[in-house]
Amino acid sequence: MSFESKENIENKSAVRTEEMVLNMGPQHPSTHGVLRLEITLEGELITKVTPHIGYLHRCFEKHAEAMTYPQVIPYTDRMDYLASMYNEIGYVIGVEKLLKIEVPDRVEYIRVIMGELQRIASHLVALGTYGVDIGAFTPFLYCFRDREKILHLFEITCGARLLYNYIWIGGLSHDLHPDFVRLTREFIKDFKPNIKELNNLLSYNKIFIDRTANVGILPVDTAINFGVTGPNLRASGINWDLRKDDPYSVYQKFDYEIPVGEGKAGTVGDSWDRYYVRVREMEESLKIIEQALDTLPDGDIASAIPKRIKPPAGMIYTRVENPRGELGYFIISDGSINPFRVKVRAPSFVSLQIMDELCRGHLVADVITILGSIDIVLGEIDR
Amino acid sequence: MIYDVINNLTGSPVLSAVIVAMLPLFLFILPFALVAVYLERKVSAHMQDRLGPMRVGYHGILQTIADIIKLIQKEDIIANENDKLLFNIAPVLVFVGSYAAFAAIPFTSVYIGAQIDLGIFLIIAVTGLVVAGILMAGWASNNKYSLLGAMRAAAQIISYEIPTILVVLSLVMMTGSMNLYTLSEMQTGYFWNWNLFGGSYDLLQKLLLIPFMLIGFIIIYISTLAEVNRTPFDIPEAESELVSGFHTEYSGMKFAMFFLAEYANMFAVSAIVAALFLGGYQSPFGYLGNLIGAEWLVSIEQFLWFTIKGVGLVLVQMWLRWTLPRLRVDQLMTVSWKYLIPISFVNLIIIGLITIL
Repeated sequence: MSFESKENIENKSAVRTEEMVLNMGPQHPSTHGVLRLEITLEGELITKVTPHIGYLHRCFEKHAEAMTYPQVIPYTDRMDYLASMYNEIGYVIGVEKLLKIEVPDRVEYIRVIMGELQRIASHLVALGTYGVDIGAFTPFLYCFRDREKILHLFEITCGARLLYNYIWIGGLSHDLHPDFVRLTREFIKDFKPNIKELNNLLSYNKIFIDRTANVGILPVDTAINFGVTGPNLRASGINWDLRKDDPYSVYQKFDYEIPVGEGKAGTVGDSWDRYYVRVREMEESLKIIEQALDTLPDGDIASAIPKRIKPPAGMIYTRVENPRGELGYFIISDGSINPFRVKVRAPSFVSLQIMDELCRGHLVADVITILGSIDIVLGEIDR
Repeated sequence: MIYDVINNLTGSPVLSAVIVAMLPLFLFILPFALVAVYLERKVSAHMQDRLGPMRVGYHGILQTIADIIKLIQKEDIIANENDKLLFNIAPVLVFVGSYAAFAAIPFTSVYIGAQIDLGIFLIIAVTGLVVAGILMAGWASNNKYSLLGAMRAAAQIISYEIPTILVVLSLVMMTGSMNLYTLSEMQTGYFWNWNLFGGSYDLLQKLLLIPFMLIGFIIIYISTLAEVNRTPFDIPEAESELVSGFHTEYSGMKFAMFFLAEYANMFAVSAIVAALFLGGYQSPFGYLGNLIGAEWLVSIEQFLWFTIKGVGLVLVQMWLRWTLPRLRVDQLMTVSWKYLIPISFVNLIIIGLITIL
């Protein structure tokens, strides 16, 4: 039978097959926010994934142009709402560079401590919700139990639990609470065994490994071509971390490692690697916090800056290693009290673009595995 | 038997049959579902460093009743695009499927709904209705997620019925009976007479049988987990993927029917496993009633033992649910077709050989 005649028969027959388009979201328990994924399926196999974004767009960048420089800080909180401290750090470093001011050592140390605590808190959400995506509900609550302690530390420091407005240009809004150092040390002591518990419960679970290993493998070249950064890039085996490779603040003073994906459970760069890199990053962050607490200098928590912040005309691009990757701020100043332009390079926005690449040929259930493993925050993608 | 007692009281065979059929529902399944839902919430809460329901009644014991009242009050939504007939039948069918299984389950030596010789066969047959109900629900919902969930459910339940049946067959071969009542009666005495420990065979055969009975027990437990859609096999209702699958579109009492069926099913399969392997209603240590010469106490003790065994297995189901992640749909099939079915086949043959020794 020739090819054409076979096709003819197929056309004539009453039974025909077609691809199914499945809309995942914007209301779906596993899209981590208001994201809509348009999934083209052949049976349960994925042929195409198109992310549709913009449901959470709040015009942050345009809005920033109408604000004075310090007024922008609370808006940066609302981008990546799981890593607000780090958004502030990135923005504030940029403005300080424009202003050409140095901040006291104590401020830098506190920023690093807060940033790393925030990294742990953010990774805890990522790992916990990842467990829920895979179907394990219990690790989620264990992670949130520990995150709660970090939020408590933030709360006693600045009064807020999620959106802090703590890191200010040239300093901080408050000094540390007298109990902060003691409570943080207690937290570190409590948290170390909890990482082991999480590993035993979830990371090394046979079913969990079956679900995540060799799923959504991100090859190094694809990762670089798409501009993926952060744990997602490191899981593919590249040691690239701005804290080491383009140091800012006082990160050079501390001794810590950058975990990279090793493909322990499957292939380098699979979902399990992306998950496990985050687990190990939490351990490294604990090291940084411990060292910073040991060497925390006394001193002022604000440098002398003018009341009205008017950076000289110019532009700057600063980047910091946020829990999700390279968070960049491109700030243009025209010499007035308002920034002329604030452009944000959001790591989640870049990471989301690899969805189609990673999902093709996998099953529907793997979309959730992959989406959870690249750990996006929609507040940052839509801004 | 209970039917004769009621028949003598009422004098009408039809009425007494209806009463006998209703008894397990009102005396056991509904109260059990109430307790089990509460238990599930408390067990999961305490496993997860939470308190669970605490507001309604002492430590939230009335929470389930409050939930049921809420469900009764809810609007019964039927979307325009739904297939109304199938949509309405589906929850009933699912419930009937899991409820009918209780007919052949012996609760004590004096109470069994239907004393039929093909008891276990009947149970396997009627629980097959559940698949039809789930498929209907998924199809009638006219929702892609529901349809996917229903298709997965059908594939899963049918695949896992095979290892279940093979293990049941090995027991039927060993004991020569399909009647759960007879099976339970054969395991009388102390716990080493349970089928898990080789039943009523000679010592040598018992020792040979024990490892294979253990394998059979584990296989049937895993397969029944899959048949009632519990984690790690809760793929049809995978909340994070399919937004709860075939019952996404259901609300109010129809949803409650699915819910009730799930818990009834959980107990039904645990009870079957208990009756097959763990001596059913038989006490592991003999009866207090026999010791003090109170015959009536024996059946109460038997009921207690049966409930303890059933609820114990249900608790293990809950424990697994709140510990393990979920398998993927293809891995689920792999577990059944590549591992459970071949192993249970070999197990069946070996048990057959040992019993004719």
